[in-house]
Parts: sequence; structure tokens; C-alpha cells
Amino acid sequence: MRATTPTQDLTRGIWRENAVFVQLLGLCPTLAVTNTVANGLAMGLATFFVLVGSSLFVASLRRLIPNEVRISAYILIIATFVTLVDMMLQAMVPDIHKALGAFIALIVVNCIILGRQEAFAAKNPVGRAVLDAVGTGAGFIVTMVMMSSVRELLGYGTLLGYPVLGRHWEPWAVMILPPGGFFTLGFWLLGFGWWRARRQAPRKVRRWPHGAVSGKAAV
Amino acid sequence: MSGHSHAPPGAAGAPRTGAGATPPADARPPGAAPPAGPPPPQVAASRLVATLAGFGAIAGLLIVLVYQWTHPRIEAHRAAVLQGAIREVLAEPDRTTTLFVYRGRLVEKLPAGVDSAGLDRVYLGLDQAGRPVGFALTAAEPGFSDVITLIFGYDPRTGRVLGMKVLDSRETPGLGDRIEKDSTFGAGFAGALAPLVGVKRGAGTGDRHQVDMITGATISSRAVIGIINHRLERVAPLLASYPAGVRP
Repeated sequence: MRATTPTQDLTRGIWRENAVFVQLLGLCPTLAVTNTVANGLAMGLATFFVLVGSSLFVASLRRLIPNEVRISAYILIIATFVTLVDMMLQAMVPDIHKALGAFIALIVVNCIILGRQEAFAAKNPVGRAVLDAVGTGAGFIVTMVMMSSVRELLGYGTLLGYPVLGRHWEPWAVMILPPGGFFTLGFWLLGFGWWRARRQAPRKVRRWPHGAVSGKAAV
Repeated sequence: MSGHSHAPPGAAGAPRTGAGATPPADARPPGAAPPAGPPPPQVAASRLVATLAGFGAIAGLLIVLVYQWTHPRIEAHRAAVLQGAIREVLAEPDRTTTLFVYRGRLVEKLPAGVDSAGLDRVYLGLDQAGRPVGFALTAAEPGFSDVITLIFGYDPRTGRVLGMKVLDSRETPGLGDRIEKDSTFGAGFAGALAPLVGVKRGAGTGDRHQVDMITGATISSRAVIGIINHRLERVAPLLASYPAGVRP
């Protein structure tokens, strides 16, 4: 594993190694609960909280957890955080809880979270693990907002419930239905692919992020 | 049954010498487990169990603490939503009271020792003089994609539905969910005579049994109408027999 600086731990998950658009993890909530910005944002925040909390605990307890039962222990920690988030959302913002429905409970099996525990938090000091979780979680929030703003804008003509496209806009109902999630994800992935191909174009060596270009271009 | 251990001797180039003997490493059939290296440090099974049990106990404790903090809030919110819905479908009565269906009768007070949890219940709205204005009933049945839970008001003296509100549904966004979001659909139930009959919007003949359905949400609209009719079929005699004027 290449050594990284704390700044890289924080920033790489937001964009360059974005969990959804680059690693293609956590697609279930990305497709399912991004029909309005409010839902997407709430799901992003809930996942962020679970990810940071789980990374904090997994990294703190990493010397206590025997290798043989580590996955069970991670799942236990993650499931506890998800249950807490579920109950707190229900108590504090019941309308959002109602909109997110079953997807809160499914945060437990979100591969982004388990992936960060296994790949990073279990092998790194607490501070670094939290930075990594904050970055990855922020990247997930960015993803959810990117997905849901497109879908809400075209599907309802609104953003966060405020009319944007005017009364004469005929909503594209398909964008808030499941196919709209796939369309939107496809367009964003296309954009990311284009951006990555451009970034790795030959004879165009970029210095940012520091030292990462050669390793990435070789793949 | 299958497996390399049953391969005929010599198949891998080196005949086995007998049970329990280890063949040379290079003679292993493809796919066999590689020879064990130095064994990894063994962790006692008791430690594995103890670790998970400890984690589980702490997790359980945390969940119980947060549950105790959130449960009253969740219940209060649920009760507030229900109370608001009861008032809405009965057109803002002066006060409401809960009646339980107990042994085929509607009773306001259950005999001591009877648990109200499993009993069917209806909500009675009363005006300022204490006269009943109608009953609010909750009902739930499958709609298009999941169970639709709704509440409606009903006046047994006139046989009219007073109002309808969907409490919970997961119908298709943009289509079926208009049974919950389209206020003209809900308003169409006020004053309709039971049993209800759904008609296409604008195709009604003036019959008071008819309720306008939503174009593009036919199945969901029909489900709502069916839920109300089924619920009334079961409890209308009970409601009609409830003594109307006995309460002061």
C-alpha cells in the first residue's frame, strides 16, 4: 500500500476516488432514494454519520478485534450505528424517515461502509481512519446531491421543493421512477469516464494529486 | 464422493504410499490445498466468542438507551399525526373519543383487566353539545405496490362518508401517489354515499355513490375505494347500533 498523507486521506474520497462514480460501490441507495434532493441529502447525511462512527470505533478497537471475527465485529458496529440513526431520524425528522423507508436499515449492507472498514479503518490509526471516513462520506453526499438534483429538476421541475423550471414545465415522470435513476447514473458515469480519460491522456502529466499520477496511469 | 483424494494412484505421477502418508508437495493434483506453512498464531475460540459477546452487549446497551430516549417522541408524533387526521376527516369536531370494539359492541371504557392493544377501534367525533358528528375509521389493504393505510370519516345516520385521508402509502411516485398528494381526490369523498363507486373524472351521472378516480392512478384509486367499502361492510352495523343520543 502506498503511503498517503492525512490530506490525501481526507480529499481522495470526495472526488478522485469517489465511492460511487469511481469505485461503483453503494449503488443501491444511489439509485433508490435520489428522486428528490431532500431524500438524497438525508440518505447521504445518514450514511456519513454511520461511516464516520463506524470508522472511529473500528480503528479504535482494531487491536482488540481478532482477525477471525473481524467482519462480524464490523457488521455489529455498523448495525448498531444504523439502528441509532434510524431511531433518531424517526424521533427528530419523521417526514424524512417516512420518505427513506426501508433504505435506512439497508445502510448496514452498504458496501462503501464495510469496504472502508476492511480497507482502511482496520489498518490505520484513529485520526487517519476518521479523516478517510469524512472524505468518503462527503463524497457520497456529493454523489447523492448530484444524482438527486438532476432527477428532481427534470422529474418535478423543482429543487429542494422550490419551483425552478416554472409552471409550464411538463415533469418527466420517468426521472423520479426507477429508470430515471439508471439514466442519471449512466450520464454521470459517462461524464466521469470522459474526465478520467482526459486526465490520463498521454504526454499530459499532471502533478495533482501529488505523486499519484504514475501509479494511476499504469493501470 | 468427488475430489482429488479419490483419484487413481499414479494419476498425479506419484502413487500414494498408504493412508495417512503425505505425498510429496509437487505430486499434488491441481486444485489441492497448498501445504500448510507455519501455522498462524492461534486465537483461542473463547476469545473470539468473548469479543463478539462483549461487542454485542455494548451495542445492545446503546440501542436500549437511545430507544428509551426516542420512543416517547416517536409515539407522540404518531399520535399527533393520527389525531390531526381524525380531526381532518371529521371536519374539525369539538372533541374526539376512542371507542373499542369489544364482544361485538362499541365501548368507551373497557372492563378492568382487558388489554386494549389488540382490539379494533374507531374514533367518535362530538360537537360542542356532545352530539356525535361521525366516526373516523382507519383501514389498511394492499394497493398497487404496498399496503395503503388510510383514515376516513363516516356518519352512520346518513350513510355518508365525511372525508378521506391517506396516512401511509408507497404507490408509484408521480402516478399512484396522487391518492395521497392530490387534494381534490381526497375532497371528492366528502358527502359520498356508501357503498362507494369509482368513476372516471367527469363521467359521473350525479349519483351520490360516485367518487371521481384519478387518471393514471386507476388501480390505486380503486384500492382506496375498496378499502373504505370493505371496512364499512364489516363495521357499519356496529356503528349504526351505537346509541347516538345517550351521551350527555
